Amino acid sequence: MTTLAEKILSRAAGERVSAGQYVEVSPDWCFTVDDTIGLIMKYHEEVGLRRLAAPERLGIFYDHFAPADNRDHASDHSAGRAYARRHGITHFYEIGQGISHQVCVERGLVRPGQLVFNSDSHTTTLGAVACFGTGLGAAETAYVWATGRIWVRVPATIRVVLTGTLGPGVDAKDACLALLRTHGSRVATYRAIEFHGESAASLNMASRLTLCNMGVEMGAKAALFPADSVTAAYFGQLGIPIDMEAGRPESDAVYEREIRLDLGGIEPLAARPHAVDNIGSVQELEGTVIHQAFLGSCTNGRLQDLRAAAAILSGRHVAPGVRMIVTPASSQVLAAALREGLIEIFTAAGAVVTTPGCGACAGLHLGVLGDGEVCIASSSRNFRGRMGNPNAAVYLASPATVAASAVIGRITDPRSL
Amino acid sequence: MNITGKALLLGDDVSSDLIYPGRYLTVTDRAEQARHALEGLGAGWPERLRGYTVLGAGWNLGCGSSREQAATALLAAGVKLVIARSMSRLFMRNSINNGLPVIESDELASALTDGVTLSADLARGVAQLEGRTFHFERLPQALLEIVRDGGLLARLRRTLALETRP
Repeated sequence: MTTLAEKILSRAAGERVSAGQYVEVSPDWCFTVDDTIGLIMKYHEEVGLRRLAAPERLGIFYDHFAPADNRDHASDHSAGRAYARRHGITHFYEIGQGISHQVCVERGLVRPGQLVFNSDSHTTTLGAVACFGTGLGAAETAYVWATGRIWVRVPATIRVVLTGTLGPGVDAKDACLALLRTHGSRVATYRAIEFHGESAASLNMASRLTLCNMGVEMGAKAALFPADSVTAAYFGQLGIPIDMEAGRPESDAVYEREIRLDLGGIEPLAARPHAVDNIGSVQELEGTVIHQAFLGSCTNGRLQDLRAAAAILSGRHVAPGVRMIVTPASSQVLAAALREGLIEIFTAAGAVVTTPGCGACAGLHLGVLGDGEVCIASSSRNFRGRMGNPNAAVYLASPATVAASAVIGRITDPRSL
Repeated sequence: MNITGKALLLGDDVSSDLIYPGRYLTVTDRAEQARHALEGLGAGWPERLRGYTVLGAGWNLGCGSSREQAATALLAAGVKLVIARSMSRLFMRNSINNGLPVIESDELASALTDGVTLSADLARGVAQLEGRTFHFERLPQALLEIVRDGGLLARLRRTLALETRP
């Protein structure tokens, strides 16, 4: 009778737990990223920690400011490298390997039924492979690294039932924005989301990663697709055996509520400044002048997303007065895009392709906005100041909408090109 | 645990990007973090916080990024208690685990106005505000103890000190 969230947390707690309980758990993995490693090291030094509880379960990913853009970031990077060597942390991913969430999924580190922490809020992304992924703060991460455990509150679960099929030019990102339009950014605060319905089965891994990624924008602690044939095929192609049952809820699980979404009724959407649930249709926003188009992030920086953008940019050019930045989510995505000729299409269209990683999304480097500028981005957050400048505005949309808007220089419905 | 202080109010959906902008993420010095607390809200911050130790807010406080500086910068800027109609999971966790007490209460947060003096008894779940008594859902005992200890790391420091004692 457990939801998938309850099932995974029960295993990690070593006892059967249900929604509302506070329990101590041992995660299968606890990762960190470069924007937090400095604090973790400082905390460990302050408390006099000599030994980590389980270095083989830890991982460090350099993605938020990689390659380093200034002296402070570079010093954090170099200190982190020495720290990883000293403590025997072998899961260490250098600059350019890609965004933590993308890398640990595409290399099969994280698997169905696992509990995974990472000092990054978008760890909900991992739910695409039926893994309970959730973010932690720096002190919490430092504590888990020292002790191997931490408290959690077992979340109630919202069952999201997907029906219908996405229309041409409409993306999983539009489905995320549709959920935010109807239910707002607070609907899942401190809750888990489980995706179900006939159409959940039809969504591929890339689309699932996008939907789970944006779960945190609805406040969710975790967002999960139960393991199914898509999950099995994904790990089969990686040559990694998995425990399917560990990634499925029990048949009579109790859900807090149910939300339904007809994928067939969705049109291209965008989140207007400065809130993720300030949603309008791309059609009604058409004509809004943009200065920068950003394609990338753990939300939409995968091969599928680059293909969707390249299909629009092929034979076209980015509009005068607009710059387009393409940041592949990982080195594997970059390599595949090169093989397929997508990078050639981007450069021919006048776009610039950057080192794989978080890129402009977090407002730290590789595309910070100027005063008064407008950006259309395939990323997941448009809070004031998010892309590094409180006097700039960010619209969130699908990769196709980002590409179409870059070509025209104004927000544009990709179906019109 | 009793806390008394003067309240200052923020609005709804104040994200962790607004509480602590991303460009200061590598700042580990708490005093320096305090200088950037709420800076994303615009000119005048964090100076406007001076003299206030209870921070009130509307819905969804601290939404977005997992950055714990959203909690530690407030703590370093002198905030002793946060009361919101609701708050994000990560902001709530980061506050508790760094020793900053939080109360999630629609009723109490709605009753706050700038400059009022509030006193709260965290262990009992009772607050006094301008002669009125409010009841709120208190944190579980284990979490109250983390707050009382000054956060997870303060607790870890003590544990490690005991282990290494000759």
